[in-house]
Amino acid sequence: MCRYSNRFRMGYRVEPGLYACGNPGDSSPVLVTANYRLSFNFVREAMAGHDVWLLALDTKGINVWCAAGKGTFGTAELIDRINKTGLAGIVKHRTLILPQLGAPGVAAHEVKKATGFEVHYGPVRAKDIPAFLAAGNSATPAMRAVSFTLPERTVLTPMEFFPALKKYLWVALGWFTFMGILPEGIYYGVALAHSWPIIAAGLLAVVIGAIITPVLLPFIPFRSFAAKGALAGAVMVSPLFYFKEHYFLGSTTLAAGAVLFFIAVSSYLALNFTGCTPFTNMSGVKKEMRFAVPAYLAACGIAAVLLILYKLKEWGVV
Amino acid sequence: MKYLKNVATLELDREKCTGCGQCVEVCPRSVLAMRERKAQIRDRDSCIECGACQKNCAFNAVSVLSGVGCAQALFNAMIRGGEPVCDCEKGNTETSGCC
Repeated sequence: MCRYSNRFRMGYRVEPGLYACGNPGDSSPVLVTANYRLSFNFVREAMAGHDVWLLALDTKGINVWCAAGKGTFGTAELIDRINKTGLAGIVKHRTLILPQLGAPGVAAHEVKKATGFEVHYGPVRAKDIPAFLAAGNSATPAMRAVSFTLPERTVLTPMEFFPALKKYLWVALGWFTFMGILPEGIYYGVALAHSWPIIAAGLLAVVIGAIITPVLLPFIPFRSFAAKGALAGAVMVSPLFYFKEHYFLGSTTLAAGAVLFFIAVSSYLALNFTGCTPFTNMSGVKKEMRFAVPAYLAACGIAAVLLILYKLKEWGVV
Repeated sequence: MKYLKNVATLELDREKCTGCGQCVEVCPRSVLAMRERKAQIRDRDSCIECGACQKNCAFNAVSVLSGVGCAQALFNAMIRGGEPVCDCEKGNTETSGCC
């Protein structure tokens, strides 16, 4: 979920400390947030027209959720920031409102013990804060829930696709070289003519794993991301078998090796999307990996054997 | 959307629970609910193991092995060793696209 919550990071920090939003007095609410500029601005914009204090913790410019996971949006920093800003002398009340997603880092009871301030967890999204305050610091279940709609999934796919594409350049180079190797040496003309359809097929696998599977996530069977990616890959890449004349020089061996490898690629990329979602957990990802990693190794091993077999046939060795 | 069944490590000790409701409040996935003045696990399979409930329980009634549900972090830990974490510390300019 870290990647999900940090999707638009722009690299700005706000100086940690206490900020006035509007014209707050000694009974105005105190909202605590991260010193990641985007988080800070979300809160500030949501509170336009209200008089509140904003306490920005030093999270090293990281959003609330990620920082809470690392403990920088945490109990010690909050206590320290309350003391450094002299908050107890600025407001009469002893209530702090923290974002819901800061809770993994902050022990409310320890803050109360150390500073006297009572921590209330507000909504997940800053835009709900005015309604939360108006309801007497009470959040509806919807305010506490993290959503993951189709548009929310779609905006994350470039973060998967472009890094994957970068890595795929190496795979493409590998195909290029492999297809050009002849007993006499590497022939670049042959390499290009024979490899580009395979490279295009592999690009399809990258698109399936990094874009199509994430976007269609709830509609693809299985709960396991690796299985979702493998299924989507199998369904969409396998038909290339029927066009093996165009893609794989008419060789069943080459087609089988390439398709198997590409299914593993789309499964691996889909598995990596777990970090972008707000509903996976570490125990589950570990369980998936216990199955997926040996499966990937096996798929790559079989694919390698098939490709070598293809080369030997091409050279007339077998 | 839900993830794998029967994997989350969340446990609740109803003997230690005082019914303060703090864990129910901090959970972003509505995993916990109040029943007969004590917390109970309503839907363990929705748990993302963020650790908010354990951190905010003053009575040590909740336990969960918290961590990141991110394959990339786990792959990195597998290759480089160490705990699975994301790369947020890297600094803002050389961000890997991840946090």
